[in-house]
This record gives sequence, structure tokens and C-alpha cells, in this order.
Amino acid sequence: MWGLPRDLHPIAWWSWAIGLATAASLTTNPLLLLLIMGSATVVVMARRSGHPFGRSFRLYVLLALVTVVMRVVFRLVFGGQEIGHVLLDLPEIPLPDWAAGVRLLGPVTSEALLAGLYDGLRLATIILCVGAANSLANPKRLLASVPPALYEIGTALVVAVTIFPQLADSARRVRAAQALRGGATSGVGRLRRFLVPVLEDALERSLALAAGMDTRGYGRSGGASPRERWLTGSLLLAALTGICVGTYALLDPTAPRILAGPMLGAGAVVAVLGLVSAGRRVQRSRYRPDPWRTPELVTVGVGVVVAVLGWYLGHTQVPVAYPGVDAMPYLSPLALVVGLLGTAPAVATPVPATAFVGREVTA
Amino acid sequence: MTGVIALRDIGFRYDEHEVLRHVDLTLDEGELVLVSGRTGVGKSTLLGVITGLVPRFTGGVLTGDVLLDGASIVEQPPRERAHLVGYVGQDPLAGFVADTVEEELAYGMEQLGTAPETMRRRVEETLDLLGIADLRARDLRTLSGGQQQRVAIGSVLTTHPRVLVLDEPTSALDPTAAEDVLATITRLVHDLGLTVLLAEHRLERVVPFADRIALVAGDGTVRVDEPRAVLADSPVAPPLVDLGRLAQWDPLPLTVRDARRQARTLPDLTPPAATVSREAMPVLAARGVTVVHGHHVAVREVDLTLSAGRVTVLMGRNGSGKSSLIWALQGTGKRRSGTVDVDGDDPATLAPAQRRTHVGLVPQTAADLLYLETVAEECAAADAGAEAGPGTCRGLLDRLAPGIDADLHPRDLSEGQRLALALSIVLTARPPVLLLDEPTRGLDYAGKAELARIVADLAAEGRAVLLATHDVEFAAHVADEVVVLAEGEVVSSGSPRRVLAESPSFAPQVTKVLGPPWLVVEEVAAALLEVRR
Repeated sequence: MWGLPRDLHPIAWWSWAIGLATAASLTTNPLLLLLIMGSATVVVMARRSGHPFGRSFRLYVLLALVTVVMRVVFRLVFGGQEIGHVLLDLPEIPLPDWAAGVRLLGPVTSEALLAGLYDGLRLATIILCVGAANSLANPKRLLASVPPALYEIGTALVVAVTIFPQLADSARRVRAAQALRGGATSGVGRLRRFLVPVLEDALERSLALAAGMDTRGYGRSGGASPRERWLTGSLLLAALTGICVGTYALLDPTAPRILAGPMLGAGAVVAVLGLVSAGRRVQRSRYRPDPWRTPELVTVGVGVVVAVLGWYLGHTQVPVAYPGVDAMPYLSPLALVVGLLGTAPAVATPVPATAFVGREVTA
Repeated sequence: MTGVIALRDIGFRYDEHEVLRHVDLTLDEGELVLVSGRTGVGKSTLLGVITGLVPRFTGGVLTGDVLLDGASIVEQPPRERAHLVGYVGQDPLAGFVADTVEEELAYGMEQLGTAPETMRRRVEETLDLLGIADLRARDLRTLSGGQQQRVAIGSVLTTHPRVLVLDEPTSALDPTAAEDVLATITRLVHDLGLTVLLAEHRLERVVPFADRIALVAGDGTVRVDEPRAVLADSPVAPPLVDLGRLAQWDPLPLTVRDARRQARTLPDLTPPAATVSREAMPVLAARGVTVVHGHHVAVREVDLTLSAGRVTVLMGRNGSGKSSLIWALQGTGKRRSGTVDVDGDDPATLAPAQRRTHVGLVPQTAADLLYLETVAEECAAADAGAEAGPGTCRGLLDRLAPGIDADLHPRDLSEGQRLALALSIVLTARPPVLLLDEPTRGLDYAGKAELARIVADLAAEGRAVLLATHDVEFAAHVADEVVVLAEGEVVSSGSPRRVLAESPSFAPQVTKVLGPPWLVVEEVAAALLEVRR
């Protein structure tokens, strides 16, 4: 319905996911949380693309599951509430005085279990939203869309991301190779047998990569004069100071108010100026940048609306957003909208340019 | 005459060690110059002087001047030369920055700030020029070696450099992929008038394409001349040239075609007798070995017998399952089905320490085995690990590669010496079977001759040796038996005279000139001697 297959702008996917995560963080209603998880999953299934990160969603699902289980187990182990319906009467393990306030085991109430479950579900939903963004948008392309002034940092991050699979590869190789010879088999010696070749390999690869990037023009100085560079540097430094002071003042209620909002604002403005100034001297262009069109706007819009409605729900319909643990949670029409609106990008966005392949075929 | 690039009295040294001295070299438009010489004489250094990586990435002191179109660029860092000089390193994968072929091709242009429309057009042109259009969206890591090399060349071509500098572009490739890459490079020289400087020590395929050869001598001087003139007395020469020198052909043949024409002048030679295959005692017997990685069948039901005193050479394309088979025979690699039997034991079921006494393996990157600071420490650790008497490993090393200083760091050894060290460490455990994965990588002709001697010695002691290699000429020298793998299956096996001569891509140069059963220059030399007597 939205035209030819192409990859959506990564920022659009991330905005959408952050919107859903925001809504999830503002409620503990398990039905609503499950709905949000469902929407995220539906969109991932419909629109994930062929890049290697497209396969990462399963990992996030697993992580989300573990989170829920852990949350519930913690409630069991560390007990908590005494009031409520006791499901299982476990003996409490007496702890010494210095551990006052911490309880081990004790009676398990349905209320405590449910509270743990709701809380775990909320965390799990947020994790799943991040996972959805990760498998929908290639994180490398996201890093590549940073403003030109931050390009160098972006590239460094991209390279760091790339290094990990290589490091794993080299670790596997060295482990196999070291088993082919005798030598130290315990303690520091064994660690050394493994680490030295891996690190040497990593160092060599890094140098090769640096040489490759340098010969291809990475970090060309362009035409900036020392004066311009000095200006950019001072602007960015001032911005950093302003933002730090402002954030501190905002979080510390005893600090003078003039340092809070205004300082943060001023810092942000100077930062933008600095980035623009830095971006101007960069002579770099982008190959086939992701366009920003209606589907992107719709996707971001969905994220924003879900977040705003979630916030509105939390303020106007408290029993729906934060149901008690003694009654069956239910959904209002508004909550239903919050839960289901997130699926819109599954149909409102174009099909990705490269189709998702379920398994990797190594050549 | 100035030429595109001119080196003027270039000298380069690390502390006391002089790598290059008084080098004058002028590259003309549309010329392919081959840089040759023994390993470690400074071929890469010479290339680095032009790209600017030397001395910025290597340290050392550079003197002299580099001129590009008459303007000095010696002070410019590599990044400022990016639009003029394109560089492809030995391992293309290590130099890739992006994920996919298309992004990688565009990367250089992005750095130079090329206009988006121009970028788009050049990427398409380059994809077609190199014949990689169908790979455009592929992940770079899933490409084969030859494809990666072509993408690497393409990614520097997009910025339209004046000079292309290639460091051993075919050293890691199988014969067919190497031909492909060389054909591509030749096309660039002919069609685009690109100036190419190419370092290589495996000369047999490159020589016919070279306009001139720059021979780096051991003392740091460089001799530049026509291929025929340089090869007449070069210490590194392909078998074809060796044959020509031996038969005193004039002019020296550079292509198989030339040589074939001149071979008619040879007297009638008695062909070498087919070696009678001795009845040998099988040491390792593998039956129906299958190795599966995920959904990819790397090795499919391979039967293989390694016998005492015999050298088996494993050949095949990159990715045809050679390494997988070797690791499965050693026991570390998981096999899906089949049996491997060494002295009545299955190495896969043994503990690593016992495995080592059954099957020895030297992996592709021999450096992975080494982790200590001196050769002496490495040898001592190997003795201790194999419960061998002190000095066992050092004794082996002295036999394989005599005269290595015990205080040297393993990383400072030459490629061949490092391989010998790894080999000695593995042999310390006295395995009856020895597996070598691509041991010829980075070895020049002399290094390979040395390795051939070592392998023959090991076999003569009664060991069964299996080695995987792309190097046809090396295989022709050492093999008692050749096994060719394709898609994980054995497609042919038997004596080298049969298997190598049968295949157009695996035939050594001497076979191509004189026809079967000739394999190596030494046989021709012996036969000639016989006739002259």
C-alpha cells in the first residue's frame, strides 16, 4: 500500500519503539502490556529486513522472558508483603540483625506474585520494544545518520560493533589452535595462551582496518582553518558544561532555579550551534541516504500518539493503568487504542528492500 | 619524463636496518608494474611509500621524494592522497569498513564528498566493470575470497584514482579465483589506462600481464626493467622461466604459449617413469566423514586413507571443505557421521593431550599456536606439554630450519621460520599423522622449496602427511597422491600425474608446456642431462 519495497529510515523505527516503550513504562496493566508486546512483535514479523540484526529479535524475546521469571522469583525469595492470600507458606529464614529489612522466603501471597509478574511484564515490554527497533532498523545505519559533526564518533562506534563478531571468530580459532599443542594448562599460563594470540590478532586487524580507512580518505581535514576549529571546539565545550550544570541543578532541588531550566536550555542551544559549525567544515556526502517520507512520518506519529495516550491514560484512568492486585485487570476503550495502535506500521510502511531470511547460509 | 608517479632517490630504514636505498622508479600512464622479490625484502614497504602508509603506520625513516604528476606528495598523509592513489591490502576483509558490497563501494566517495548523483552512477559502473552486480546487497563477510578481492578493488576504483596499488592480491586465492582477479586488473589497465603497481611473489600467473618488473633485491636496491631482462637472472622466477633458462631458450618465454612454441626445439626426452605406488601401511583411515555447519554441508561422505611415508595433497576451491575435513580428521572439528581411525582410536573421542600424540595439525594461521615471547620459551613449553625430553622441540626446529636465534620473538621470525616453529611444536608430541592447512601462504619460491624438503623428510621418517594448498606448483613437487574436493565431495583422487595433469586449472606450468606426464622442472632437467650425456 505504501509503494515500492525500501528500508524505512532507522530513526523512524527507533522513535516508534521508544513511543511504545514509554507507554509501557506508564502502566502495570498486564493486558495492556501484553497488547503492546503483541503489536511490537506483529510489526517485527511483518517488516524486519535481511540484515544480520534482523535475526536478533528472538534473543530479545528470550531476554524478556527471563526478566519476567527473574522478577517473580525475586518476589518469592525476598518475600515482602505479609497481608494477602497466602498460596504457599514457606518458612522464613532468620537473618542476623545487620540484615534487618531484608527477608528471605516466608509466606508467598498471590498479591506478591502478581505484583512481581506485572512489574516483570513492564520491564519485559520495554526490552521487547528495544529489540523490535534493533531488528527492524540496522543499528549501523542509525549510527550513519548522525549529524556530520558526530560522523567520526559514529564511525568509531560502527567499527566497534563490527569488531565483536570478529573477536568471537578469532577467539574460537585460537582456542582450537592452542588445543593442538602442549603447554601451560592452568591458571595464568592458560589465560595467557588464550589471550595473547587473540589480542595480537585484534591489534593486527585494527591496524589493517585503520590503514584501509586512512588510504580511503577517512578523516580528511577538509578546508577548516585553525580559527574555525578553535571556535567549534570552544562552542562544544561550553555546551557540555552548560548541559552538565543544568542537569545537576534540575536533579538537585536545593540548587538555584536559574541554573536548572535556563542553563540546560542555553547548553542545548550552544550545542546545536557547535554541531552546525562543526558540520560546516566537513566535506562529506552520503550514498543513498534513507529518504524521509510519509511512512516515516506515520511511524513516528504512531510512536508519539501511543506515548501521549499512555500518559493520558495514566493520569485520567488510574484503575486501568495501575490495576490493583486484588481484582481482575480490565481495559478501557482508550487502553485498547494504546495497545493496538502500535501495529499500524505493520501495514503503513513499505516492505523492506531485502527480505528476511530465517537462517544464515554460509558460502 | 615524469610519468604519473615518480619515486626519486627513496631510502627507508628502521634504526640500523636499511630496507630500501636509492630507489628511483617512474610509473607511466596505463602501465602494470610488478614488484617482485623474496619475502621480507621490502616489497610492501615500496608500495607503502606510494600510498603514504610508510612511514606513518610502520615507523622508520623515509628519505627522498614522491612526485605525482610532478608535484611532491611525500609529506601528505594517506587520506589526503585517497583520490589519487587506491590501495588494496593483502587481506581485503580486514580493510572493509561497511557491511554490504554497495556501501563499501561508496565509502571512499563519501569521504571525498562526491556528489550523490555521481556516487550513484560510479557505483553502478564499478559493479558492472568488475562483474559483481549480482552481489550488490550481499554481506561482505559471506563472499568468497575472489569476490572479496574484486569488491576491494572496486571500492578503491570508485574514487577514480590515478594509480592502483595492490599488495599480493592473489596470494590467498585458489587458481581459478586468482585468474579472475588478474583478468579484472588487466582489463582496468587496458580499458581505463589505469596505472597499476602490484606486489606478488607467486609469479607464474602474473608475469604475462606485467609491462615491467621492479625486482627488490636483498640489499634494498630496486632494479626496474622489462620482464624478460629481469627474469633472466632473478632469484624468484616462475617454473616457466626456470624451464626456459634450463633449455637456454632465447627469448625467455613468459607465457605458456611462447614456451610451447619453443618446446619444439627440445630434443626427444624420455618421460619420467610413473612412480610405482608402493604398498604402504595405512595410518589414518576415514570412512564416510560428513561435516555440517548449520545447514551447510561442508564435507559430504568423504573416504580418505593416509599411509605411512606418503604425502597427500588436498586441493579445491576456497570454501570447498578442505579446512573442515582437516579439523574433522584431527578430531576437534565435529563430524556428523562417519568414522576416523588412527591406530585403532578415534581422535574425536580422545582428550586433547592424547589427540596430539595421534594426529598433529598446523592450522592456517600458524601464529595462533604461539603465545610466548621467545623461541626458546616456546620450545620449552612444547617439551613440557608433550612430556618430551628437554630440547626435543629445539632439536626438531634445528632440523627443520637451522640457525634460528633462541631469543627472537616468534613474531619477528620470517613466515617460513614461524611455520617451522609451529611445526616443531606440533611434532614434539610425535604424532604419526601430520595435517597442514595451507602451509604455503606467504612463502616465496625458496621458502616453498624448503618446505617441500621438510615435508619429504617427514614422510621419509614414516609419517603420513596431508596438506591442503592452492599452490599447484608446490603440490606437483611434494604430492604422492592428490585429492581434489568440490562442494565437500571428493571429485578426483590419485597420483599427481593423473589428477593434476587431467585438470585444466590445476595443471602445473611444465605440464601445460610439455604435456603429461611432465610435472616439474627438475624432471626435465634430469631428462635433459640424460640426453646430453
